[in-house]
Amino acid sequence: MGVIEVKELVKSYNGVRAVDGVTFSVTEGETFGFLGPNGAGKTTTINILCTLLGFDSGTAFVNGFDCVKEPLKVRSSIGLVFQEVTLDNELTAEENLKFHCYMYNMSRQLANERIDEILGVVGLADKRGTIVKKFSGGMKRRLEIARGLLHRPKVLFLDEPTLGLDPQTRTNVWDFISELKASLGTTIFMTTHYMDEAEACDRIAIIDGGKIIACESPGGLKRSLRGDTIYIKSTDDERAAVELKEKLNLSARKIGSGLSIIVESGEKFIPKIFESMETPILSVSMKRPSLEDVFIHLTGKEIREYQAVAPVRPHR
Amino acid sequence: MLSYKAIYVIVLREFKRFFRQRGRMVTTIARPLIWLVIVGSGFVNLIDVDTGANYIQFILPGIIGMTILFTSVFSTISVVWDREFGFLREMLVAPVSRVTIVFGKLISGTALSVFQGTILLAVAPVIGLNFGLSDFFLMFIFMTIVALAITSLGLFVASFLTSLEGFNVIMNFIVLPMFFLSGALYPVENLPAALQLLSYINPLCYGVDSFKHILLPGGGSLSAELPLYVDVIFILTFATVMTFLAALVFEKRK
Repeated sequence: MGVIEVKELVKSYNGVRAVDGVTFSVTEGETFGFLGPNGAGKTTTINILCTLLGFDSGTAFVNGFDCVKEPLKVRSSIGLVFQEVTLDNELTAEENLKFHCYMYNMSRQLANERIDEILGVVGLADKRGTIVKKFSGGMKRRLEIARGLLHRPKVLFLDEPTLGLDPQTRTNVWDFISELKASLGTTIFMTTHYMDEAEACDRIAIIDGGKIIACESPGGLKRSLRGDTIYIKSTDDERAAVELKEKLNLSARKIGSGLSIIVESGEKFIPKIFESMETPILSVSMKRPSLEDVFIHLTGKEIREYQAVAPVRPHR
Repeated sequence: MLSYKAIYVIVLREFKRFFRQRGRMVTTIARPLIWLVIVGSGFVNLIDVDTGANYIQFILPGIIGMTILFTSVFSTISVVWDREFGFLREMLVAPVSRVTIVFGKLISGTALSVFQGTILLAVAPVIGLNFGLSDFFLMFIFMTIVALAITSLGLFVASFLTSLEGFNVIMNFIVLPMFFLSGALYPVENLPAALQLLSYINPLCYGVDSFKHILLPGGGSLSAELPLYVDVIFILTFATVMTFLAALVFEKRK
């Protein structure tokens, strides 16, 4: 039995199924990622697994505990880093961590030991007595991740851990998470809509419209495309698509303002396009398969297309 | 069911926040003094008092009641605040029951109120109201149960609210009528019958009355209007029911 076991999970809001029959299993020590656009059901799933939210049908087990019947046991065995900052800005770094330790029923001595240790790990030892209000976004993230690990959870949930951070800080946070994983061996369950973050996972579940449409390693997902992606822009996409079908027997997908086709060997195929097609071609580009392509291939949409601007919470 | 360490740290956090927000502390200490000095001395000669207490002395129990009312109710804003700024989730995912969180908030709101009320009690000798040590302890106990009753009412209301704006609107509609119908500024028996009825469902009215029992024993027409045991029974019942309801609502809402 895996560390996380979810079967046929369904959760509706006002008749709309946010999570629609999701089934998956996460094994110990794995980094498992949920990849999908905003509103795909990622956060809803995390909230259910953390017992913050009930569900309509199906089963959910974390560390062998039932999320419905044993919420306290589930909660004491997991750590959680939310999308938004959930630190108390009026308290110091140490006070925030101490609050957490006592909520998890640690003794004063154990709390002090763990706080010393974890502040060193996240590189905030010299900021111990600083009020969190004065922290930068990246420092707050690191402190939150540190807090999530204080009680040595078996699973760490990271809900969009780098949302709203600049690229430099994102990279730092990720380096940090991989180091932690290497040293503590914690199972990580994370959600993201950044492709490069998904690449770092052992396995990815692509989720769209509340359903898991693929679940495999990043390499496996890319191999499933069996070839390179070629993007063609022409003066008349519809005519070009018909031509591709008739003359080269290829079915093209319409993507934004152009067409995409998947062929086995891209370099050899490009000359053929110019040889055989009559529709004026404006541009051709080729890409080795990426997760983005897998996503487009599976959902017919670019993940960016329907990415709303992330709500920015006022931080005080 | 209850995690004492968690309650302790929730209370500790509220106290730290309170003492770090200087403005909040100054306001809660200055407001009652302004009432006492300005309103008190404005009315002191206007109102012809036949008996033992003058008007400034008369409103001290009411002003202590007001301080407890404001401190208790506005301490429950932290529930809405925590929800809005995400910190509530940190508490909700911790392995403690919802009742633990409710008790933590209840105890911190009550303790802050009693702390404020005690400071104000120090003014009593200055305006000529003297009381002994046993009276002080009685006041302490009554202030505690009144603060408990009002904090639990505040928690109950706050657990429905999701925005700070909503909190301010709702609470002002609750707080001001509660204050004016508490017998703090004028005896309840001077009110029209309909308003008297409202006073008698107002926990603060019983609270202020219990304070008058101790602080104005010989106040004549300005002294307490109800028997002390009625005050105590009503306040305790109200506090119990509201705590129960607040815990219930908290359990249901996430």
